[in-house]
Amino acid sequence: MPREDVMTWLRTQFMPHIWCPGCGHGIIMHAILRALSSLDKDPDKTVISSGIGCSSRMPGYINSCTLHTAHGRSLAFATGVKLANPELTVLDVMGDGDCSAIGGNHFIHACRRNIGVCAIVMNNNIYGMIGGQASPTTPVGAIASTAPYGAIDPPFDICSLAIGAGATFVARATIAAPQMCETLIKKGIQHDGFSVIEIMTHCHTQFGRKNKRSRPLENFNFFKDHSVVKSKADGMTPEELEGKIVVGELFYDDKTVEYTKNYEQVIDRAGGSVR
Amino acid sequence: MPRAEFWQGNKAIAMGGIDAGCRFFAGYPITPSTEIAEVMAEELPRNGGKFIQMEDEIGGIAAAIGGSIAGLKSMTGTSGPGFSLKQELLGYAYIAEIPLVCVDVQRGGPSTGLPTKVSQGDVMQARWGTHGDHATIAYSPSSVQECYDLSVRAFNMAERFRQPVLIMTDEVIGHMRERIEIPEASSIERVVRKKPKCPPNEFIPYLADKEDDIPPMAAFGDGYHWHVTGLTTNDWGFPTNNSEEIDKKISRILRKVDRFRDDVVAYSAETYEDAEILVVSYGCVARSALRAVRELRKRGVRVGHFRPITIWPFAGDELERIVNDHGIKHVIVPELNMGQMFLEIDRVIHGRAETHLKTLLNGELFKPAQIMSYIEEVA
Repeated sequence: MPREDVMTWLRTQFMPHIWCPGCGHGIIMHAILRALSSLDKDPDKTVISSGIGCSSRMPGYINSCTLHTAHGRSLAFATGVKLANPELTVLDVMGDGDCSAIGGNHFIHACRRNIGVCAIVMNNNIYGMIGGQASPTTPVGAIASTAPYGAIDPPFDICSLAIGAGATFVARATIAAPQMCETLIKKGIQHDGFSVIEIMTHCHTQFGRKNKRSRPLENFNFFKDHSVVKSKADGMTPEELEGKIVVGELFYDDKTVEYTKNYEQVIDRAGGSVR
Repeated sequence: MPRAEFWQGNKAIAMGGIDAGCRFFAGYPITPSTEIAEVMAEELPRNGGKFIQMEDEIGGIAAAIGGSIAGLKSMTGTSGPGFSLKQELLGYAYIAEIPLVCVDVQRGGPSTGLPTKVSQGDVMQARWGTHGDHATIAYSPSSVQECYDLSVRAFNMAERFRQPVLIMTDEVIGHMRERIEIPEASSIERVVRKKPKCPPNEFIPYLADKEDDIPPMAAFGDGYHWHVTGLTTNDWGFPTNNSEEIDKKISRILRKVDRFRDDVVAYSAETYEDAEILVVSYGCVARSALRAVRELRKRGVRVGHFRPITIWPFAGDELERIVNDHGIKHVIVPELNMGQMFLEIDRVIHGRAETHLKTLLNGELFKPAQIMSYIEEVA
């Protein structure tokens, strides 16, 4: 059951939700709601945008200003919302397909602009909703319905992509560490700039079934066994890190000015004033 | 006091938008529409608005929809290749009922085609470009003055009907410079979307008012929580697979414009009362056609002109009435495409007059002399 203080953030009238029993998305949603609740965020001023897929159905169940967009486009919508009204707290929840495939361009440019949006990427390495097709984070060799002989496309490292593209807060956690998820999401929301929190989750239905992780608990244990915290990983060789999931705060820069604050300077230079 | 300016069409569209209350523009540079973005980049911050150059065309319309949901009157602009890309999210704005103005400065196609040359090849794409059924409102300006005036009107219609409104201009009108008159700010009609009047806990986001089939719209941040989605929804804005709810939603978003068709449809017509020949043209072609018609009138040829200002909805009833009531024998339709508007014109006339399609696809505009020769062929 969700913690009591997050119940006011739920649209229970739209439940039951669409996720399979044992899905990791619920753990992430609970962590997001705990973070919003403990930061005392006002649902009237909180926008949660999303793309398309299982993960992106999340905003429908959250009682705030919610924006379920088109596949891959959520960060471009969120950019418009944030620029139009910078007072709003804007979160963007999306899957690995949204973030790194069809929405890859929007993702790198949101990073580059450093716009004040907290992006939470739920990476389950697969297109779950529509039947288990390979995504840009499906590991090489994994079986997917569109990679029946094993995936050959090298996967993206979403956090490295975000750091390279200019995001100013980048972190990773797994659903096996819900408290870490909450802590990092909280920091991401508080960060004045573009933040990316990649959360490794599982789709036991569509990925696990074909890749020897068909039960939720096996996935949970997989994440526990393969996680290495950043401080420890810093002292490890690339060979030792092979197959590991580096978790924790990976990158932080509080010097770069957030995009909408820069735009206020543009308005000043143009001699205008807002509304 | 109204003031005179010497502007190009693209600038007039941008300035008309700002004077209509547009405070958000998101787009991507593309010839021959780029001046709209450039003027917006300069003028919006001066007026306290926001401009953003997005990473691609789809990002441009996505951010503009986001700006509108956050409460600002929003615009995006493009040309053919970008208009193809924007179809994805035009559909989103139709179904989620988000006010938006989208400008397409038409150039030759298909594909990259003719970036600097004119065409009217996107007429049918404006009507049916995005998948699924939707009500299209599309304006076709044929002067710089009309670029300004119709930009204001497009915003008013978008705000009133809660949906995208298209300005389907073209390279000639976009880049042509003319003297125009800018009305005094206080005399410009500005429509603002209906806001909910009920307390937030009673707000049903897609429950339409009976008198106009349009639901009031709250902005994010206004204190109303609501869910926006591109899925087909019930009145609560939540996805539905219930066939009754689906039918209710889709029929309403078509009906809300159709009911008020007469408020939307605009056209102009001249010297048709005693005419035997009627030229029907729109956009830049209407300039050559009007010159030809007026010239031949002076020589005693009984010819008139009909110009749809809204190409969608098409002024079919009005054209039909003129053709019937005035005994028009020949209708000549010059178009810079293979007859996209002609299909509609011919359907409406339904054999009551002889119809003649004249096409030009080489990137040039019809010269008045060419249109005069078409008229003389049947006179």
